[in-house]
Amino acid sequence: MLTTGNVYSGGCKLPLKRIKIYTMKKLAVFFLALLFSPLASYALQAEEYLLDNGLKVLIVEDHKAPTATFQVWYRVGSRNESTGKTGLSHLLEHMMFKGTSRFGPKTFSRTIQRAGGMDNAFTTKEYTGYFEFLASDRISLPIELEADRMQNLALNPEAVLSERNVVMEERRLRYEDDPQNLVHEEVLATAFKNHPYRWPVIGWMSDLRDISPDDLIRHYRTYYAPNNAIILVVGDVKPSEILSKIREAFGSIPRGPAIGMSSDEEDGQSGEKRIYVKKEAELPYILSVYKVPQITHEDGPALEVLGSILSEGKSSRIYNSLVYEKQLAVSAWAGYDGMYRDPFLFYAGATAAHGRKIEDVEAGLLDEVEKIRREPPTGYEVMKAKNQIEASFIMGQDSFYMQARTIGSFEMIGGWRLIEKYLEGIRKVSPEDVRRVAGKYLVADKRTTGILVPLMNRK
Amino acid sequence: MHESGSQRLFNRILLLSLFVILSSFGSVECHGALAERKILPNGMVLLHAEKKALPMIKVVVAIKAGSVIEPAQKAGLANLTADLLNEGTLGRSSRKISDEIDFVGGSLSTSGGIDYITVTLSVLKKDIDLGFDLLADIILNPAFSEEEIRRRKAVIRSSIIQQREDPGTVASKAFLRAVYGDHPYGWPPEGTEESIEAMSRQDITDFHRIFYAPNNSIMSVVGDISEHEVTDLTEKYLGNWKKRDIPQKLPQSPRFGENPLVIKLHKDISQAHVILGHLGISRDNPDYYAVSVMNYILGGGGFASRLMDNIRDNKGLSYDVHSSFSANKYAGTFLVGLQTKNTSANSAIDEILKEINRIISEPVSDKDLSDAKSYLTGSFPLRIDSNSKIASFLAAVEYYGLGLDYVERYKELIGAVTTDDVQRVARKYLNTKDYILVVIGNMDKASLKY
Repeated sequence: MLTTGNVYSGGCKLPLKRIKIYTMKKLAVFFLALLFSPLASYALQAEEYLLDNGLKVLIVEDHKAPTATFQVWYRVGSRNESTGKTGLSHLLEHMMFKGTSRFGPKTFSRTIQRAGGMDNAFTTKEYTGYFEFLASDRISLPIELEADRMQNLALNPEAVLSERNVVMEERRLRYEDDPQNLVHEEVLATAFKNHPYRWPVIGWMSDLRDISPDDLIRHYRTYYAPNNAIILVVGDVKPSEILSKIREAFGSIPRGPAIGMSSDEEDGQSGEKRIYVKKEAELPYILSVYKVPQITHEDGPALEVLGSILSEGKSSRIYNSLVYEKQLAVSAWAGYDGMYRDPFLFYAGATAAHGRKIEDVEAGLLDEVEKIRREPPTGYEVMKAKNQIEASFIMGQDSFYMQARTIGSFEMIGGWRLIEKYLEGIRKVSPEDVRRVAGKYLVADKRTTGILVPLMNRK
Repeated sequence: MHESGSQRLFNRILLLSLFVILSSFGSVECHGALAERKILPNGMVLLHAEKKALPMIKVVVAIKAGSVIEPAQKAGLANLTADLLNEGTLGRSSRKISDEIDFVGGSLSTSGGIDYITVTLSVLKKDIDLGFDLLADIILNPAFSEEEIRRRKAVIRSSIIQQREDPGTVASKAFLRAVYGDHPYGWPPEGTEESIEAMSRQDITDFHRIFYAPNNSIMSVVGDISEHEVTDLTEKYLGNWKKRDIPQKLPQSPRFGENPLVIKLHKDISQAHVILGHLGISRDNPDYYAVSVMNYILGGGGFASRLMDNIRDNKGLSYDVHSSFSANKYAGTFLVGLQTKNTSANSAIDEILKEINRIISEPVSDKDLSDAKSYLTGSFPLRIDSNSKIASFLAAVEYYGLGLDYVERYKELIGAVTTDDVQRVARKYLNTKDYILVVIGNMDKASLKY
């Protein structure tokens, strides 16, 4: 479960698909999947190097297609911002495409595209990533460009003001005019009261209006440095060749200030929180979140399996109960989102079917939660979840992008080798473990629920 | 390039069956044939590419039973039929099908479409027998039970209602309706609340009986599977699927409109969604390649395109601005789409028209031309670098009759495009007088002059 905080509420330089909460499920399982591969030969193996200036390089050699992806990830996301300056990391991501002192504006993407490549970027609560895809005979092209923008970003004040407007348009598109996404944003802002996870990656509209070029310069100087970044290369490459090119381009970039990776602690919650969003909409919608530990915690694996049993595939409990049997919802889902450095959330949500009451939909979701809190799932269900994880692990490797994304996400929250360590955890999950974590974490007092109340305002 | 609120059931349908020219097709050095092609005795076209890197197999079955062949009063029939395939067969309940495929960590899904519908299977190599069994069962023996029909109708109806929440979808539907008029491409593939309600079981079983035939289907199989294994599996599970005569009722080509048509839809939202465009070209138009280059320069080429450069990069008016030609079997559309705060709608539309006029009246530079060509040809490897992408690509190549040497031919076809060609096709296929303009947003704030 990449997502929510990550892919979904992150912005991108260019519009990709708008990924909504429950499409995350697919990614989620893939993720989990990576962690669990009895077929050792298909385990994800990266070669790791560390340059003198602290830049870590991870390379996966895979020759199944004549293409490759080159990526640079920085350990900075919206959690590194502060009240009044939210959205800074994401706006900086946009500015990274607006030129450097060396190459000037309108160069980066055009150069990549001229070589038949594609480029884009994403910002999450924990990190900011930049990536290019190219035919493998041109994969060294982005190396020099990425090294350049790690140190020479122009951050021209006029360009900042113009790009701020672009991001405000992005915010209108993704949030202001999307009632379900607004609920998501409000639920997170309510579930967390002091942790920086509470604000959206894209930032609050009022903060966006106030961000100044100086704010961006400070953010860039602090976080964009080799010792706060990693490079990922996946695909049809020769590691020694590409590594020497990386050394040449990045090796002389000086270290930046040391950045602590301290965690923030969210104060306790005692009692359910509820919020309502009233917007012009057609169908009521509900989103509940429960506070849970992050994926590296000992309960992480059982929470993953729990998410799968509740929501992976049409035979899963929630789809089968709410959409198929009771026909209460047009879509319904749940999932563990633990790919964070600090404890995050377990989700359960649904869009009511036309004519159905959201109270009944909520009761339906709670029924499923209660059931698994009381009784362990069957051995068959746990086995199915593990099979789904194994298959997605292998199938996910069909895409170089997903391989890079997975290794990078684990690296950002504690180290890519956790993939292997966590694998053992998944293997050990028993039906009783699943019940135990459901009983421990899916409790009303740790829940925050948001409900979309549709207003009908047609002229 | 629709804003796909991905949870809305149908947004992707359009994309699936259209050959959207954005930055799509480039060329690649070809290492041997892309796939083996053969026609089975029952008439089904089989495309096979063996890829041993991963122990997985991807199968796409494309059946020429998309919404383009459904009768006008039965809008949504093709989609509903496809949707019901995995909701129960003569021997398996809906739940049994999902349970069997979920248990092995595979997926089996169906998707409606305009030109053709698809059934897609992903499984590990060790589960391919079960996979083919399920795939064949849902295509050949769907039960179409009254109860499942009722369920799916309700879900589709809710989804149609929910689409009204998404301004991008509302604008897109209004645009297609206006461009195509009574042509089947003009009605929504998912149907309307009324047309879905009126659909009977007989309609569905008739549609299935007539159009779901092997000689009306294309199957692509990509992954860790030999030709011998594919042959055995198709014989075992699809051997009984009998050839039938398919009625060839082809829709007429839609016609260009004669006057600009402005559709204003009020919705109290913070942005105006704008679509401006008109009828485009069909996939078999020989100008497709020159049009691809022209569109890349105008608005298909992301940050390298003029629309993005002008409207986003220089003016900060929009996050997403793009142009596309969607070239279907019978006809396509040309459109420019963007979203901007209500009060900037007029100036954004001004700029769209200015850029279209510019590419019509001024030849593009040699640099613009060569940049576009090098992207289109150079990016081809990225389009076919996974089993999933290859499987879908093969089905489309077959459906649109492009030939298995398309990868190489494409490079030549794009390579031959000149600046004169670009201007010629801009003049021929772009029109700043007779266009359709759809704007949805707060009309009070937008106060459109159009």
